[in-house]
Amino acid sequence: MAEQSEKSHVDLNQLKAGGFIKELGKDLFSVRLRVPGGRMAVSCLKKIVEVAEKYGGEFVHLSVRQSIELVHVNFKHIGDVAEELGMVRQKVASCGARVRVPVACGGCEYNPKGLMDTQKSALEIDAKLFGTETGHHKFKVAFAGCSSDCPKSATNDVGFQGAVLPVLDKDACVGCGLCIKTCTVDAIRTGEDDKPVFAPERCIYCGDCIKICPTEAWKAGKRGYTVRIGGKWGRNPLVGTLFATFLPEEKVADFISAVLAWYRKNSEGLGRIRLGDVIIRQGTEGLLSDLRNKFPQHAVEATIPPQVIDTQIGKRP
Amino acid sequence: MHTVDLRGVCCPANFVRAKLALEEFETGEGVRILLDDGEAVKNVPRSLKAEGHHLVSLKETPEGYFILDLKKGED
Repeated sequence: MAEQSEKSHVDLNQLKAGGFIKELGKDLFSVRLRVPGGRMAVSCLKKIVEVAEKYGGEFVHLSVRQSIELVHVNFKHIGDVAEELGMVRQKVASCGARVRVPVACGGCEYNPKGLMDTQKSALEIDAKLFGTETGHHKFKVAFAGCSSDCPKSATNDVGFQGAVLPVLDKDACVGCGLCIKTCTVDAIRTGEDDKPVFAPERCIYCGDCIKICPTEAWKAGKRGYTVRIGGKWGRNPLVGTLFATFLPEEKVADFISAVLAWYRKNSEGLGRIRLGDVIIRQGTEGLLSDLRNKFPQHAVEATIPPQVIDTQIGKRP
Repeated sequence: MHTVDLRGVCCPANFVRAKLALEEFETGEGVRILLDDGEAVKNVPRSLKAEGHHLVSLKETPEGYFILDLKKGED
Protein backbone atom coordinates (compact mmCIF):
# COMPACT_ATOMS: atom_id res chain seq x y z
CA MET A 1 0.00 0.00 0.00
CA ALA A 2 2.79 2.36 0.94
CA GLU A 3 4.42 1.77 -2.44
CA GLN A 4 1.13 2.48 -4.16
CA SER A 5 0.76 5.88 -2.51
CA GLU A 6 4.39 6.79 -3.25
CA LYS A 7 3.83 6.07 -6.93
CA SER A 8 0.81 8.33 -7.21
CA HIS A 9 2.47 11.20 -5.36
CA VAL A 10 2.88 13.27 -8.51
CA ASP A 11 0.97 16.52 -8.65
CA LEU A 12 0.20 17.12 -12.31
CA ASN A 13 -0.29 20.81 -11.61
CA GLN A 14 3.42 20.96 -10.80
CA LEU A 15 4.13 19.87 -14.36
CA LYS A 16 1.77 22.32 -16.04
CA ALA A 17 3.90 25.46 -16.07
CA GLY A 18 6.87 23.46 -17.24
CA GLY A 19 10.30 23.53 -15.67
CA PHE A 20 10.39 19.72 -15.42
CA ILE A 21 12.18 18.55 -18.51
CA LYS A 22 12.25 14.96 -19.66
CA GLU A 23 15.70 13.43 -19.81
CA LEU A 24 16.99 10.55 -21.93
CA GLY A 25 16.82 8.03 -19.11
CA LYS A 26 13.58 6.28 -18.10
CA ASP A 27 11.56 8.19 -15.47
CA LEU A 28 14.22 10.89 -15.15
CA PHE A 29 13.68 14.65 -15.32
CA SER A 30 15.80 17.78 -15.08
CA VAL A 31 14.29 20.38 -12.77
CA ARG A 32 14.92 23.93 -13.95
CA LEU A 33 14.88 26.44 -11.11
CA ARG A 34 13.52 29.94 -11.32
CA VAL A 35 16.43 32.33 -10.76
CA PRO A 36 15.46 35.77 -12.11
CA GLY A 37 18.51 37.80 -13.05
CA GLY A 38 20.76 34.97 -11.88
CA ARG A 39 20.81 36.22 -8.30
CA MET A 40 20.68 33.45 -5.73
CA ALA A 41 20.69 33.96 -1.96
CA VAL A 42 23.44 31.90 -0.36
CA SER A 43 20.92 30.55 2.17
CA CYS A 44 18.73 29.35 -0.69
CA LEU A 45 21.71 27.82 -2.47
CA LYS A 46 22.38 25.69 0.63
CA LYS A 47 18.87 24.26 0.48
CA ILE A 48 19.21 23.56 -3.24
CA VAL A 49 22.41 21.61 -2.54
CA GLU A 50 20.53 19.62 0.09
CA VAL A 51 17.66 18.82 -2.29
CA ALA A 52 20.06 17.99 -5.13
CA GLU A 53 21.96 15.55 -2.89
CA LYS A 54 18.71 13.91 -1.85
CA TYR A 55 16.91 13.63 -5.19
CA GLY A 56 19.28 14.63 -7.99
CA GLY A 57 22.44 13.46 -9.70
CA GLU A 58 26.07 14.08 -8.86
CA PHE A 59 26.13 17.49 -10.46
CA VAL A 60 23.84 20.39 -11.29
CA HIS A 61 23.86 22.20 -14.59
CA LEU A 62 24.18 25.99 -14.80
CA SER A 63 21.93 26.81 -17.74
CA VAL A 64 22.85 29.47 -20.28
CA ARG A 65 19.96 31.60 -18.99
CA GLN A 66 21.20 31.75 -15.41
CA SER A 67 19.18 28.86 -13.99
CA ILE A 68 20.39 26.03 -11.82
CA GLU A 69 19.08 22.72 -13.19
CA LEU A 70 18.92 19.65 -10.96
CA VAL A 71 19.49 16.57 -13.09
CA HIS A 72 18.37 12.93 -12.90
CA VAL A 73 15.35 13.55 -10.67
CA ASN A 74 12.96 10.59 -10.71
CA PHE A 75 9.43 11.66 -11.70
CA LYS A 76 7.97 10.23 -8.49
CA HIS A 77 10.05 12.79 -6.53
CA ILE A 78 8.98 15.83 -8.52
CA GLY A 79 6.42 16.76 -5.87
CA ASP A 80 8.95 16.35 -3.05
CA VAL A 81 11.54 18.47 -4.85
CA ALA A 82 9.04 21.28 -5.41
CA GLU A 83 7.80 21.06 -1.83
CA GLU A 84 11.22 21.03 -0.18
CA LEU A 85 12.50 23.88 -2.35
CA GLY A 86 9.32 25.73 -1.42
CA MET A 87 10.58 25.87 2.18
CA VAL A 88 13.10 28.51 1.06
CA ARG A 89 10.60 29.94 -1.46
CA GLN A 90 12.70 28.58 -4.32
CA LYS A 91 10.37 28.07 -7.28
CA VAL A 92 10.62 25.98 -10.42
CA ALA A 93 11.00 27.76 -13.77
CA SER A 94 9.08 27.21 -17.01
CA CYS A 95 9.53 25.90 -20.49
CA GLY A 96 7.30 25.91 -23.58
CA ALA A 97 5.32 28.78 -25.12
CA ARG A 98 5.51 31.10 -22.16
CA VAL A 99 7.23 34.20 -20.87
CA ARG A 100 10.49 32.84 -19.49
CA VAL A 101 12.50 33.89 -16.46
CA PRO A 102 14.22 37.19 -17.26
CA VAL A 103 18.01 37.27 -17.55
CA ALA A 104 19.99 40.19 -16.12
CA CYS A 105 23.54 41.29 -15.41
CA GLY A 106 24.64 42.14 -11.86
CA GLY A 107 23.09 45.61 -12.22
CA CYS A 108 24.26 48.85 -10.67
CA GLU A 109 24.43 48.21 -6.92
CA TYR A 110 28.04 47.06 -6.93
CA ASN A 111 29.13 47.10 -10.59
CA PRO A 112 30.65 50.51 -11.41
CA LYS A 113 29.55 50.27 -15.06
CA GLY A 114 25.87 49.68 -14.28
CA LEU A 115 23.50 52.48 -15.34
CA MET A 116 20.16 50.84 -14.49
CA ASP A 117 19.00 48.53 -11.71
CA THR A 118 18.62 45.45 -13.91
CA GLN A 119 18.18 43.16 -10.90
CA LYS A 120 15.16 45.16 -9.77
CA SER A 121 13.70 45.06 -13.29
CA ALA A 122 14.27 41.30 -13.61
CA LEU A 123 12.53 40.64 -10.28
CA GLU A 124 9.59 42.85 -11.20
CA ILE A 125 9.06 41.26 -14.60
CA ASP A 126 9.46 37.78 -13.13
CA ALA A 127 6.78 38.57 -10.54
CA LYS A 128 4.37 40.15 -13.03
CA LEU A 129 4.82 38.22 -16.27
CA PHE A 130 6.64 34.94 -15.67
CA GLY A 131 4.81 31.95 -17.13
CA THR A 132 2.30 34.00 -19.14
CA GLU A 133 1.15 31.84 -22.05
CA THR A 134 1.92 33.44 -25.39
CA GLY A 135 -0.22 31.03 -27.41
CA HIS A 136 2.56 30.69 -29.97
CA HIS A 137 6.13 30.32 -28.85
CA LYS A 138 8.60 31.08 -26.08
CA PHE A 139 9.14 34.70 -25.09
CA LYS A 140 12.45 35.85 -23.66
CA VAL A 141 13.40 39.06 -21.91
CA ALA A 142 16.83 40.25 -20.81
CA PHE A 143 18.20 43.29 -18.97
CA ALA A 144 21.69 44.69 -19.56
CA GLY A 145 22.84 47.48 -17.27
CA CYS A 146 25.21 49.24 -19.63
CA SER A 147 26.52 49.44 -23.17
CA SER A 148 28.76 46.40 -22.67
CA ASP A 149 25.49 44.44 -22.94
CA CYS A 150 26.86 41.24 -21.39
CA PRO A 151 23.35 39.63 -21.48
CA LYS A 152 23.24 40.19 -25.27
CA SER A 153 19.86 41.88 -24.96
CA ALA A 154 19.19 42.09 -28.71
CA THR A 155 19.03 38.29 -29.00
CA ASN A 156 15.85 38.30 -26.88
CA ASP A 157 12.22 38.85 -27.90
CA VAL A 158 12.42 42.08 -25.90
CA GLY A 159 15.86 43.23 -24.77
CA PHE A 160 16.63 46.14 -22.46
CA GLN A 161 19.95 47.96 -22.22
CA GLY A 162 20.77 50.65 -19.67
CA ALA A 163 21.44 54.09 -21.17
CA VAL A 164 22.13 57.64 -20.04
CA LEU A 165 22.04 60.88 -22.05
CA PRO A 166 24.91 63.17 -21.02
CA VAL A 167 24.41 66.92 -20.69
CA LEU A 168 27.28 69.38 -20.23
CA ASP A 169 27.29 72.20 -17.70
CA LYS A 170 29.94 74.32 -19.43
CA ASP A 171 30.54 76.56 -16.42
CA ALA A 172 31.54 73.56 -14.29
CA CYS A 173 33.92 72.26 -16.99
CA VAL A 174 37.65 72.89 -16.41
CA GLY A 175 38.67 71.66 -19.88
CA CYS A 176 40.79 68.76 -18.61
CA GLY A 177 40.09 66.68 -21.71
CA LEU A 178 39.33 63.44 -19.88
CA CYS A 179 35.87 63.04 -21.45
CA ILE A 180 37.22 63.55 -24.95
CA LYS A 181 39.79 60.81 -24.40
CA THR A 182 37.36 58.43 -22.75
CA CYS A 183 34.65 58.68 -25.43
CA THR A 184 35.22 55.74 -27.77
CA VAL A 185 32.66 56.78 -30.39
CA ASP A 186 33.98 60.29 -31.09
CA ALA A 187 30.80 61.93 -29.76
CA ILE A 188 32.85 64.49 -27.80
CA ARG A 189 35.38 66.66 -29.57
CA THR A 190 37.58 69.56 -28.51
CA GLY A 191 35.99 72.96 -29.10
CA GLU A 192 37.75 76.25 -29.81
CA ASP A 193 37.88 77.11 -26.10
CA ASP A 194 39.42 73.67 -25.31
CA LYS A 195 36.09 72.67 -23.81
CA PRO A 196 34.17 69.65 -25.11
CA VAL A 197 31.61 69.83 -27.91
CA PHE A 198 28.93 67.13 -27.85
CA ALA A 199 27.67 65.38 -31.01
CA PRO A 200 24.52 63.63 -29.73
CA GLU A 201 23.90 61.77 -32.99
CA ARG A 202 27.11 59.78 -32.43
CA CYS A 203 26.44 59.06 -28.74
CA ILE A 204 25.70 55.49 -27.63
CA TYR A 205 24.59 56.65 -24.13
CA CYS A 206 27.28 54.67 -22.29
CA GLY A 207 27.86 57.35 -19.64
CA ASP A 208 31.66 57.06 -19.65
CA CYS A 209 31.98 60.87 -19.88
CA ILE A 210 29.83 61.32 -16.77
CA LYS A 211 31.85 58.74 -14.87
CA ILE A 212 35.24 60.21 -15.78
CA CYS A 213 34.40 63.91 -15.33
CA PRO A 214 36.31 65.23 -12.28
CA THR A 215 34.06 68.26 -11.75
CA GLU A 216 30.62 66.73 -12.38
CA ALA A 217 30.26 69.00 -15.42
CA TRP A 218 28.75 66.09 -17.37
CA LYS A 219 25.44 65.12 -15.84
CA ALA A 220 22.69 62.62 -16.60
CA GLY A 221 20.07 64.43 -18.71
CA LYS A 222 17.88 61.35 -18.76
CA ARG A 223 18.30 57.70 -17.93
CA GLY A 224 16.40 54.59 -18.97
CA TYR A 225 16.47 51.52 -21.17
CA THR A 226 17.24 51.26 -24.86
CA VAL A 227 14.72 48.65 -26.06
CA ARG A 228 15.30 46.23 -28.94
CA ILE A 229 12.59 43.84 -30.13
CA GLY A 230 12.40 40.69 -32.19
CA GLY A 231 15.68 38.97 -31.41
CA LYS A 232 16.18 35.25 -31.05
CA TRP A 233 18.91 32.68 -31.52
CA GLY A 234 18.50 29.01 -32.42
CA ARG A 235 17.94 27.67 -35.91
CA ASN A 236 17.35 30.96 -37.67
CA PRO A 237 18.92 33.71 -35.58
CA LEU A 238 17.64 37.28 -35.63
CA VAL A 239 19.03 40.39 -33.98
CA GLY A 240 16.35 42.58 -32.45
CA THR A 241 16.05 46.20 -33.60
CA LEU A 242 15.44 49.52 -31.90
CA PHE A 243 11.87 50.37 -30.85
CA ALA A 244 12.30 52.66 -27.84
CA THR A 245 14.88 54.76 -26.03
CA PHE A 246 15.20 55.92 -22.41
CA LEU A 247 12.26 53.83 -21.25
CA PRO A 248 12.02 54.37 -17.48
CA GLU A 249 12.06 51.29 -15.26
CA GLU A 250 8.49 51.84 -14.06
CA LYS A 251 7.21 51.48 -17.65
CA VAL A 252 8.99 48.22 -18.44
CA ALA A 253 6.17 45.84 -17.42
CA ASP A 254 3.52 47.79 -19.37
CA PHE A 255 5.85 47.95 -22.36
CA ILE A 256 6.40 44.17 -22.44
CA SER A 257 2.65 43.62 -21.98
CA ALA A 258 1.95 45.85 -24.99
CA VAL A 259 4.44 43.88 -27.10
CA LEU A 260 2.86 40.59 -25.95
CA ALA A 261 -0.60 41.85 -26.88
CA TRP A 262 0.58 42.76 -30.40
CA TYR A 263 2.37 39.41 -30.71
CA ARG A 264 -0.77 37.44 -29.78
CA LYS A 265 -3.02 39.41 -32.09
CA ASN A 266 -0.71 39.31 -35.08
CA SER A 267 0.32 35.66 -34.81
CA GLU A 268 -3.19 34.29 -35.12
CA GLY A 269 -3.19 31.30 -37.42
CA LEU A 270 0.59 31.35 -37.76
CA GLY A 271 1.19 28.57 -35.24
CA ARG A 272 4.47 28.19 -33.41
CA ILE A 273 6.23 31.39 -34.47
CA ARG A 274 8.57 33.74 -32.63
CA LEU A 275 7.90 37.46 -32.32
CA GLY A 276 10.79 38.45 -34.62
CA ASP A 277 9.45 36.33 -37.48
CA VAL A 278 5.98 37.87 -37.01
CA ILE A 279 7.50 41.35 -37.28
CA ILE A 280 9.30 40.35 -40.48
CA ARG A 281 5.99 39.09 -41.96
CA GLN A 282 3.82 42.01 -40.81
CA GLY A 283 6.35 44.82 -41.02
CA THR A 284 7.53 47.02 -38.17
CA GLU A 285 4.97 49.83 -38.46
CA GLY A 286 2.04 48.03 -36.77
CA LEU A 287 3.95 47.25 -33.59
CA LEU A 288 5.76 50.57 -33.63
CA SER A 289 2.53 52.59 -33.93
CA ASP A 290 0.97 50.59 -31.06
CA LEU A 291 3.99 51.42 -28.94
CA ARG A 292 4.00 55.04 -30.12
CA ASN A 293 0.40 55.44 -28.92
CA LYS A 294 1.15 53.99 -25.52
CA PHE A 295 4.69 55.34 -25.03
CA PRO A 296 4.88 58.54 -27.11
CA GLN A 297 7.91 59.86 -25.22
CA HIS A 298 9.96 56.74 -25.78
CA ALA A 299 9.03 54.94 -29.02
CA VAL A 300 11.41 55.75 -31.88
CA GLU A 301 10.35 57.54 -35.07
CA ALA A 302 11.14 54.63 -37.33
CA THR A 303 12.94 51.33 -37.19
CA ILE A 304 14.00 48.36 -39.29
CA PRO A 305 12.83 44.72 -39.09
CA PRO A 306 14.82 42.23 -37.01
CA GLN A 307 18.05 41.49 -38.82
CA VAL A 308 18.76 38.03 -40.16
CA ILE A 309 22.09 36.48 -39.18
CA ASP A 310 23.37 34.30 -41.96
CA THR A 311 24.74 31.16 -40.30
CA GLN A 312 25.78 29.78 -43.71
CA ILE A 313 24.08 26.46 -42.96
CA GLY A 314 20.80 25.65 -44.71
CA LYS A 315 18.45 28.07 -46.48
CA ARG A 316 16.18 30.36 -44.52
CA PRO A 317 12.50 29.50 -45.22
CA MET B 1 55.33 66.79 -8.28
CA HIS B 2 55.83 63.07 -7.70
CA THR B 3 55.57 60.89 -10.78
CA VAL B 4 54.32 57.31 -10.90
CA ASP B 5 55.26 55.68 -14.19
CA LEU B 6 52.76 52.98 -15.09
CA ARG B 7 53.68 52.67 -18.74
CA GLY B 8 54.05 49.05 -19.79
CA VAL B 9 51.91 47.86 -16.88
CA CYS B 10 48.62 46.29 -17.99
CA CYS B 11 45.10 46.38 -16.50
CA PRO B 12 44.24 45.84 -13.73
CA ALA B 13 47.80 45.73 -12.33
CA ASN B 14 48.32 49.40 -13.27
CA PHE B 15 45.35 50.47 -11.15
CA VAL B 16 46.51 48.38 -8.19
CA ARG B 17 50.04 49.82 -8.56
CA ALA B 18 48.59 53.35 -8.67
CA LYS B 19 46.52 52.66 -5.57
CA LEU B 20 49.54 51.32 -3.67
CA ALA B 21 51.68 54.25 -4.80
CA LEU B 22 49.03 56.76 -3.67
CA GLU B 23 49.10 55.30 -0.16
CA GLU B 24 52.53 56.93 0.23
CA PHE B 25 51.16 60.44 -0.23
CA GLU B 26 49.12 62.87 1.88
CA THR B 27 45.56 63.93 1.13
CA GLY B 28 45.59 66.95 -1.19
CA GLU B 29 49.08 66.24 -2.52
CA GLY B 30 49.53 66.38 -6.30
CA VAL B 31 50.61 63.21 -8.06
CA ARG B 32 51.44 62.69 -11.73
CA ILE B 33 50.72 59.30 -13.29
CA LEU B 34 52.02 58.17 -16.67
CA LEU B 35 49.72 55.85 -18.59
CA ASP B 36 49.75 54.00 -21.88
CA ASP B 37 47.13 54.69 -24.55
CA GLY B 38 44.23 52.22 -24.89
CA GLU B 39 42.74 50.30 -21.98
CA ALA B 40 45.03 51.92 -19.43
CA VAL B 41 44.08 55.54 -20.13
CA LYS B 42 40.41 54.59 -20.47
CA ASN B 43 40.13 52.66 -17.20
CA VAL B 44 42.70 53.87 -14.68
CA PRO B 45 41.53 57.51 -14.36
CA ARG B 46 37.89 56.41 -13.92
CA SER B 47 38.82 53.87 -11.26
CA LEU B 48 40.96 56.42 -9.40
CA LYS B 49 38.09 58.91 -9.46
CA ALA B 50 35.77 56.25 -8.03
CA GLU B 51 38.33 55.75 -5.23
CA GLY B 52 37.87 59.39 -4.26
CA HIS B 53 40.89 61.06 -5.88
CA HIS B 54 40.47 64.40 -7.66
CA LEU B 55 41.43 64.26 -11.32
CA VAL B 56 42.99 67.51 -12.51
CA SER B 57 44.03 66.99 -16.12
CA LEU B 58 44.95 64.50 -18.76
CA LYS B 59 47.39 65.38 -21.54
CA GLU B 60 48.65 63.30 -24.42
CA THR B 61 52.37 63.56 -25.11
CA PRO B 62 53.92 63.62 -28.61
CA GLU B 63 55.37 60.18 -27.76
CA GLY B 64 51.82 58.79 -27.47
CA TYR B 65 51.49 58.20 -23.75
CA PHE B 66 49.34 60.15 -21.27
CA ILE B 67 50.06 62.34 -18.26
CA LEU B 68 47.34 62.23 -15.62
CA ASP B 69 47.60 64.80 -12.85
CA LEU B 70 45.52 64.29 -9.74
CA LYS B 71 45.24 65.35 -6.15
CA LYS B 72 45.08 62.59 -3.59
CA GLY B 73 41.65 62.20 -1.96
CA GLU B 74 40.76 61.31 1.63
CA ASP B 75 42.14 58.00 2.90
